[in-house]
Amino acid sequence: MTHTHTERPSRATGNGPAPGKGASGSDNDEAPLGASRAELLSALAQQHGALVTLLLVAIGASIGFDTFLTGDNLENMAVSSAFLAIVALGMTFVIITGGIDLSVGSLFALGGVLGAWGSQYGTLVALLLPLAVCGLIGLVNGLLIAKARLAPFIVTLAAMLAARGILLAITDEGANTYLVDEKSFFAGLGQEKLLGVGVPVWITVALFVAGAVTLRRSRFGQYVYAVGGNEDAAALMGAPVARTKIAVYTLSGLCAGLAGALNAAWLVSGVTILGTGMELEAIAAVVIGGTLLTGGFGFISGSLVGVLLLKVIQNVINQIGSLDSAYQQVVSGAFLAVVVIAQTWLGRRRRMM
Amino acid sequence: MLSVTGLTKTFPGARALDGVDFAALPGEVHALIGENGAGKSTLIKVLTGVYQPDEGEIVHDGRPVRFQTPLEAQHAGISTIYQEVNLVPLMSVARNLFLGREPRNRLGLIDFRRMHGEADEALRSLGLRVDVKRPLRTLGVGAQQMVALARAVSVDARVVVMDEPTSSLEPREVRTLFGVIRMLKERDIAVVYVSHRLDELYEVCDKVTVLRDGKLVHTGPIAELDRLRLVSLMLGREMAEVSGEGVTKFTGDHHAGREPVLSASDLTVRHTLHQVSVEVRPGEVVGLGGLLGSGRSETAKAIAGALPPDSGTVVVAGSPVRTGSTPAAIRAGISLLPEDRKAEGIVPGLSVRENIALAALPGLSRFGLVDDARVDKIVDTFMKRLRIKASGPHQKVGELSGGNQQKVLLARWLAMQPKVLLLDEPTRGIDVGAKAEVQGLIDELADEGLGVLLISSDMEELIEGSDRVVVLKDGAVVAELTGDDVTEDRLLHAIAAAPESDAELKTVAPDAAAIVAPASQPVPVSGAVPLDRTSSGGETDHD
Repeated sequence: MTHTHTERPSRATGNGPAPGKGASGSDNDEAPLGASRAELLSALAQQHGALVTLLLVAIGASIGFDTFLTGDNLENMAVSSAFLAIVALGMTFVIITGGIDLSVGSLFALGGVLGAWGSQYGTLVALLLPLAVCGLIGLVNGLLIAKARLAPFIVTLAAMLAARGILLAITDEGANTYLVDEKSFFAGLGQEKLLGVGVPVWITVALFVAGAVTLRRSRFGQYVYAVGGNEDAAALMGAPVARTKIAVYTLSGLCAGLAGALNAAWLVSGVTILGTGMELEAIAAVVIGGTLLTGGFGFISGSLVGVLLLKVIQNVINQIGSLDSAYQQVVSGAFLAVVVIAQTWLGRRRRMM
Repeated sequence: MLSVTGLTKTFPGARALDGVDFAALPGEVHALIGENGAGKSTLIKVLTGVYQPDEGEIVHDGRPVRFQTPLEAQHAGISTIYQEVNLVPLMSVARNLFLGREPRNRLGLIDFRRMHGEADEALRSLGLRVDVKRPLRTLGVGAQQMVALARAVSVDARVVVMDEPTSSLEPREVRTLFGVIRMLKERDIAVVYVSHRLDELYEVCDKVTVLRDGKLVHTGPIAELDRLRLVSLMLGREMAEVSGEGVTKFTGDHHAGREPVLSASDLTVRHTLHQVSVEVRPGEVVGLGGLLGSGRSETAKAIAGALPPDSGTVVVAGSPVRTGSTPAAIRAGISLLPEDRKAEGIVPGLSVRENIALAALPGLSRFGLVDDARVDKIVDTFMKRLRIKASGPHQKVGELSGGNQQKVLLARWLAMQPKVLLLDEPTRGIDVGAKAEVQGLIDELADEGLGVLLISSDMEELIEGSDRVVVLKDGAVVAELTGDDVTEDRLLHAIAAAPESDAELKTVAPDAAAIVAPASQPVPVSGAVPLDRTSSGGETDHD
């Protein structure tokens, strides 16, 4: 720490806020605490806009459809959200560094097939094999992006195609579907319930807590924000930029592989056609959750809200029944557009302040 | 403590450092100065591990070292404050201050309570009171720079390198910075200080090293060197040589009666320009003099709409122009030939023809379709008139020599039929023959009635080419040389002039102050610290 002995003028910072104004007293400084009211509002909108929308849509749906708030429907939504949420968790780290990972959809499917195939050798293999393979592909992505300085978009696009290719190769062009023994422990990971809630949901919650702690409270998390916020500055401040990037892509690969394996356990088979377009769904969820696509700002809880919002909208459109389910995508797309416009607008407003 | 010998660094096409020796000693503030391209930045980047030297040795703490990355240099106790704030704007002040060395609890998680407390304490010791949980970007630039300073000195630094640290600071913050520098001296830390502001150098530095064209031209105690001598060392112009060159060929008087075609008044940009006023009459070449960082390019950009001024007006041929808008400036007849033609001007992959027609296209097309015949005619005219040496209008501009690229750019702007031409370093980086041609062209254009504002670091070019020279210093007009006063001698004196309030420094270069006073037009804001900046401190933290 510095201890100066020089005379220093006492410096009033003008309109600096009174300490503690608007501060919740927690360590969560996602919101610019103590900033001006307008800034606070726009930050709140950025952080909690998705949550408020989610609640409004959910309340509306439970009034409109008596089938919405039933245990079965909620359980269904929760479990089907779980897999996308795990993928979005890894994606959040990647996007905060200012990158993108298009390979996760393919890795999700690959993880599922590897998990189903590996389940014949026991649960450990069924979990470790997809993690190892998908983690390795993520690692290669990270190395190419961080060390060879290739564009994340291209590198992960290549990985997306390559992983799909591997998948087709090991399933004879999709002709072989590996089944999971329904009585195995592995299948239980997908199908069993704990306190009335599916195991995948518990795993997801645990991963999100760990992810949030890592991002907010670990040094690695700080590097993730720094790399996305200003890569050159991060390098000059001595942050391990390359290592951080490699880590987030590896993490993203691991998340996608794990999600795929759990999905296979849930479906008790490795379905090859899954996961197409999932990378875009995950990106949409992350962005709807308030993370900036340009990097440097974002949070884990938002991505969970984003996933839930997408799934609830899907569910509501299914409930309407008369509406073609293709409109799901129209609504999701429109939603994403609104969020991005709002983000840009809020960002511009804040810059002007 | 930290020294280099025989340092050489070559970039493709240029030798940035050529056998430079430099030593920073404990408890000493060492100024490193030189004009653009002198090699200061390269030297700093070698010292801090951003670049690796081609030849030469770096000795730190008695051992030869080679820093591969900025991180290695930091671990060795060399920390740097860059001219541009190099922090992460979206992260909180405390997170920026502690990135990579956050206090952690037993679980390995960051202890935010301690981090915020220590951050607060560190900033308070620098006289900065802000909520350390706020995102850095909500602070003013000056406050951000102070955070960077806090970060640099709170690591266990042995050598602190400051690259133009004051360029975005308020006067009061500059005082705080100087306080910190003195504290660092007491702690036996070596400080390397880069700045273009002479007043600062004399105030805070012990030694000075002058670089020019990648070579060491002088090193020694700063007190033994008067301002005039320092400026002539930087610019490479000897006083004796200057006085021997005689008077200029321009008289400047015959423009006096005409209405100015360009009249910019009181242009002010925070931290950059302070009520700069310039007038250019038709057929007149007005030079903008001053050292690097004095606000020359910024003045041109503010006039051309590329840099929105906070206040001030631009009037072209009697009608006001909306400031801060390039299209409005172009429509009014202002054309700017930018300093960095690679980054801001030519499109190397396009042909000569396309490059020339680029800006004029909207005027050359009908219903959105380009009138090819008219484009051909204009391109042909300008290629002949400016003597552009290319295999034909369809050769790629990237394949042309620097001088011809510059002429293509000139043609582009002349095709817009401007009333005023702003030329920022029009002959930098082009060979001698092409240089003379471009200079000849400028003269011709002025003779045809165009108003020209010329910026050049080449003193000879500025003096020979201009009818009048407006001298800038620290973003304010300090002198205007007209008629017989347009000489290198007078220009050097004007640049080196001490601020009027600083009587002690005045005595170091008594002749400088004496000569400038009668030569310069009385300008209300003289000296380095314009009044309007002192009162704006209250707005520092939330712009």
